[in-house]
Amino acid sequence: MIDQPEQSQEQTSVFREDVRIFKDVVRRNILYPFGLFVVAAFLIYSAIFAVFPSIINYDPSYTNLLTILQPPSVAFPFGTDDLGRNLFLKVLNGIPIDAGISLSVVLLALVIGVLSGAMAGYFGGAIHQAIMGVTDIFLAFPGLVLAVAFAAALGPGTLNVIVALAVVWWPIYTRLARGETLTVKEQQYVLAARASGSSGVRIILSHIMPNVITPMIAYATADIGNVILLSAVLGYLGLGSQPPNVDLGRIVYDGQNYIRFAPWYSLLPGVVLFIIAISFAFVGDLLRDFLDPKMRV
Amino acid sequence: MPVGILTYVLKRLLLIIPTFLGVTLLTFVISHVVVANPVLAWAGEKSSPQTIAAIAAQYHLHDPLYLQYYYYMLGLFQGNWGISATTHLPVLSQVSNFFPATVELSVTALIISVLIGIPMGVLSALWNGRKLDIPIRALYSSGIASPPFLLALLFQLIFAYYFNLLPSAGRLDPAFPIPAHITGMYTVDSLLEGNWVVFVDAVRHLILPAITLAFLTFAIITRITRASMLETMDKDFVRTAKAKGLPSRTVTYKYVLRNALTSTVTVIGFAVQLLLSGAIVVETVFFWPGIGLYTTTATLSLDFPSIMAVTVVFTLVVVFTNLLTDLAYGALDPRVTYD
Repeated sequence: MIDQPEQSQEQTSVFREDVRIFKDVVRRNILYPFGLFVVAAFLIYSAIFAVFPSIINYDPSYTNLLTILQPPSVAFPFGTDDLGRNLFLKVLNGIPIDAGISLSVVLLALVIGVLSGAMAGYFGGAIHQAIMGVTDIFLAFPGLVLAVAFAAALGPGTLNVIVALAVVWWPIYTRLARGETLTVKEQQYVLAARASGSSGVRIILSHIMPNVITPMIAYATADIGNVILLSAVLGYLGLGSQPPNVDLGRIVYDGQNYIRFAPWYSLLPGVVLFIIAISFAFVGDLLRDFLDPKMRV
Repeated sequence: MPVGILTYVLKRLLLIIPTFLGVTLLTFVISHVVVANPVLAWAGEKSSPQTIAAIAAQYHLHDPLYLQYYYYMLGLFQGNWGISATTHLPVLSQVSNFFPATVELSVTALIISVLIGIPMGVLSALWNGRKLDIPIRALYSSGIASPPFLLALLFQLIFAYYFNLLPSAGRLDPAFPIPAHITGMYTVDSLLEGNWVVFVDAVRHLILPAITLAFLTFAIITRITRASMLETMDKDFVRTAKAKGLPSRTVTYKYVLRNALTSTVTVIGFAVQLLLSGAIVVETVFFWPGIGLYTTTATLSLDFPSIMAVTVVFTLVVVFTNLLTDLAYGALDPRVTYD
């Protein structure tokens, strides 16, 4: 108990050290601040939109025959679609759908993966065999194909895409969590907890999980970009969100018939997807550098 | 040693059985349990009551689930994979008709991405952090983050529509006769026939989709080659080789590259997965009549028997590619033992 103040002081200095290293890493590559900025903008905008959808003055039922397939201009930064709607607003309206899908999928995969992976790694034996056996079967499928099969079985729609992608996505997380658990399990403090008679569930929840979850969250953050791309492909195949409010992949799908005469219709939403996905990749590299033990020498 | 390899191959083949059972169990669950209405899914949404009743009887869809599974497996092994809900043709024969086109496309893409990816990875590692490394890294990072349809649409727009250099869709100009079915791959078949005009046209149709598809896999091949080159360069045996005065060329190619390539081979199994997923989008944009385009049409019309057939075929391809890469890995790296 006497140690308490000293310990908390130590923790603040560790935190300060972390902040310093983080700033160092961000400065190292011009792409890191760019990625951070786009990712933050993407997440904050989507969060605000979720609460106040009226910040975007977009009416999906609006049509204007006079402004059909207009090229990008000051009034229409992304041009207009085949019904004369402002594509820039349509994209702004679609981004939160992509954010919602990708965040939900990664969160579901993370929860399922960490729980099952920690159980497999900690208990070993038959539980390990069973969990990893199922994981291997899911990993044998090409992800997109299995997701297509699931989404088709459930029927098109945003919620079903989330379920279909989560079903495909958790096994990688289970693998990772199992690996991390196997390392953490051998640490002295886990052995100490076991020796003092803590139950398996308690050890997993209070000793293993907190240590497994940090690297997993780093991985998951970068992974959001991959899920955005995959869900865009499902949207492109017509399995994602259905009109009136559509995700970016679906806008690309709707626009490709006009690719020859109105290339902006498909290409600009595609470029937005690209910028978001590559920004998540930059943030992933940043986090990897930040967590790299070599940074702390 | 050969005996060791043989038992290893046999063991790996035996291990495919539980994987196959698991995979088919999962496709069974999707197609008989997850779907809201299995009968409608197998018959097609717009079928008449008579068709629906006939399909339900044919696939035993009103039987208990374990019996349904038995009939499902029986059908898979007997080659009775169902009738497409839209074209009303047997799914298996359709899939085998479309398959060669996808093989032609993805093998070409794989060759392109290996031929470009490995040298790029080597260059990038040799220039680590300087000059050439930066554009190469930018290129492969954008390959990884590109939505596959974006690149496909962009290439189609630039090379087919704006500059009119290459055809925008299909496998062959409709003016030409389709070459006799030998392999089903038009480029190979026309060469075997000795028909140069058709061959050139088939190659011209192949270029854009193959390059688009290759861009997706070239990225991971370059990245892994670069990473494992850098890792190998730090090894003691490389330092020894340099210290004893071997020319740097010999060290790079004989010592570093040869060792680094084993990791590149392992990633090729994953590359094939990416190619198959990418083929779904690329074939759709370029109207390339392979399994990918078949998947899209089936998905858009919710043609369930076709979707399930494609899932099984794709998965089998992936499982066997993984087996092959594991074997290649062993052949390249003498430290890998077969047991």
